[in-house]
Amino acid sequence: MEKTYEITKDNYKSYVFEKMPKSSHWKNMIWAFIVGGVICTIGQAFIELYKLWFSVEDASVLASGTMVLIAAIFTGLGIYDNIGRFAGAGSTIPITGFSNAVVSPALEFRSEGYIYGVGAKMFLVAGPVIVNGVTISVIIALLTLLFGG
Amino acid sequence: METFWMFVKAFLIGGGICLIGQIIINFTHLTNGKILVLFLIAGAVLEGFGLYSKLIEFAGAGASIPISGFGCALVKGAVKSAHQEGVYGALKGGLAACATGISVAIVAGYLVAVLFRPRTKKK
Amino acid sequence: MGYYKNRTLTFDNSYIIEGYTVAGPKENDGRYKGFFDLALNDDMFGQNTFERAERKMFEHAIDGVIGKANLENGDVDAVLGGDLLNQNVSMSFSARNQHAGFLGLYNACATYAESLIVGSCLVSNGYENVVCVAGSHFSTAERQYRYPLELGVLRSPVTQWTATGVGATVLSNQSAVSVPKITRATIGRVVDYGIMDVNNMGAAMAPSACDTLVTFFRDTNACPEDYDVIYTGDLGKLGSDILLDLARQEGCDISSKQHDCGASLYWDEQQTYQGGSGAACSALVFNSVLLGRLRRGEYKKILLLGTGALMSPTTSFQGDSIPAITHLVEVCI
Repeated sequence: MEKTYEITKDNYKSYVFEKMPKSSHWKNMIWAFIVGGVICTIGQAFIELYKLWFSVEDASVLASGTMVLIAAIFTGLGIYDNIGRFAGAGSTIPITGFSNAVVSPALEFRSEGYIYGVGAKMFLVAGPVIVNGVTISVIIALLTLLFGG
Repeated sequence: METFWMFVKAFLIGGGICLIGQIIINFTHLTNGKILVLFLIAGAVLEGFGLYSKLIEFAGAGASIPISGFGCALVKGAVKSAHQEGVYGALKGGLAACATGISVAIVAGYLVAVLFRPRTKKK
Repeated sequence: MGYYKNRTLTFDNSYIIEGYTVAGPKENDGRYKGFFDLALNDDMFGQNTFERAERKMFEHAIDGVIGKANLENGDVDAVLGGDLLNQNVSMSFSARNQHAGFLGLYNACATYAESLIVGSCLVSNGYENVVCVAGSHFSTAERQYRYPLELGVLRSPVTQWTATGVGATVLSNQSAVSVPKITRATIGRVVDYGIMDVNNMGAAMAPSACDTLVTFFRDTNACPEDYDVIYTGDLGKLGSDILLDLARQEGCDISSKQHDCGASLYWDEQQTYQGGSGAACSALVFNSVLLGRLRRGEYKKILLLGTGALMSPTTSFQGDSIPAITHLVEVCI
């Protein structure tokens, strides 16, 4: 594509944006849908399994725990990053993505020891999830107390 | 038959939530951490209005497995124990409800770090 | 070093005696398979951390080039160069084993070109032999600049792939036989066009490459037709396209001459998207491919532009844009 205007420092960003190869949006979205759907379906299978022995709520918690464990092992085996390479949000947003975000820095920083490496760096990526999640849950709970929600 | 439909709903709703995430990524280039936090807060706020639990009742794992389900569980636990024990409960309930998932992630992360080594990416 | 005009230096006796390269496995599967002096099967290089592996690659490259040039350890007056890690550790640590003086340089991926310029100044002022070295390692750079290796992320189509490798060169102030010489060089200035996206380093660096190139042509009255090829460091495919547009706007058409070390390092099937990046790109391609072609007379006169993006993860998180630098070196036989 021939440019027809003068590129300056001011319009450089929009020029680059035009020039950038576009992500294959459709392909990414379809993969995210399929992989995300499959992960949730596997989760549902564990819920159905655990329901044989536990209440629905406990079964749901245990199923999430199981998915976290499986994702941790897949991360250790070097499989999860290969799924993430094409699945994008499909493997990031499920709880398995949270697990991957906890385990991968732990693995990466093991070379710096178990205290300052694994221990300190484990929540490098996933820390914000816990921090923001706990904060907002306490705020919402206090609000419901105040306004009797 | 009911179980079968639960699977279908889990697939469609779970896939749908991830699809929304991917659309957001495609158009905003948000990083992993930001996407996780965004969906977590979305789930938490929806549950603040009591909505997300209804989605979980409908779609099971399709709504509870995405990280928004984690946000929902935090808020649900905090609100529930706040009603029982006041401010003390509000501080206690959230993490207590999610303790299983977090503990599994921490322990598994530790063990994996002991047992495995990171590999260079091929692609 | 006779004279200079504006930012362009001229050298009379900066001879490129020898080059040596150590390349990672993915790089040796790429377009220049077999060109490297040492190709690793495993980028751990027998070490227990990636950082130690990078260090060992530097040590190998420095010792390798000294041996290949038939020099003794004591013949080298100075070692200069750098890598991408914080505090330049790979380079500094590997210089522990050398008796020569040491200058640690950092201009991100432009470090190799920078080291050639500083090296040429040293040999022009009486140093006999100087080793110029630069390199990078995918796994150490990935940790420092991006994500843990095992984190599942969808890579943006504008990203590049940090090349694993080290290239080292011996510069000398005399040569018995006819060897390629560094004849002129332009020291770049830092240019920032406000690009924020750390994935899109090609776009961040292209304006600086254009600035240095145009400065060189103005300072010397040379034109693109004087050169067989013009190699840029690691602009990648997109960055190269942008450079061509920018240069054309400045009235110099380099589209038939321009190649990019990073973009040409891998095959498309290796899925690096825009090609290679990192200090290793220009060091690997120059020492393994271009030096050979110059010696065989396939090229008579070339330009090498080392391009570097000078951000750190901290500045990116704090919302700053990416400044870039480009140094130019003219090599003739």
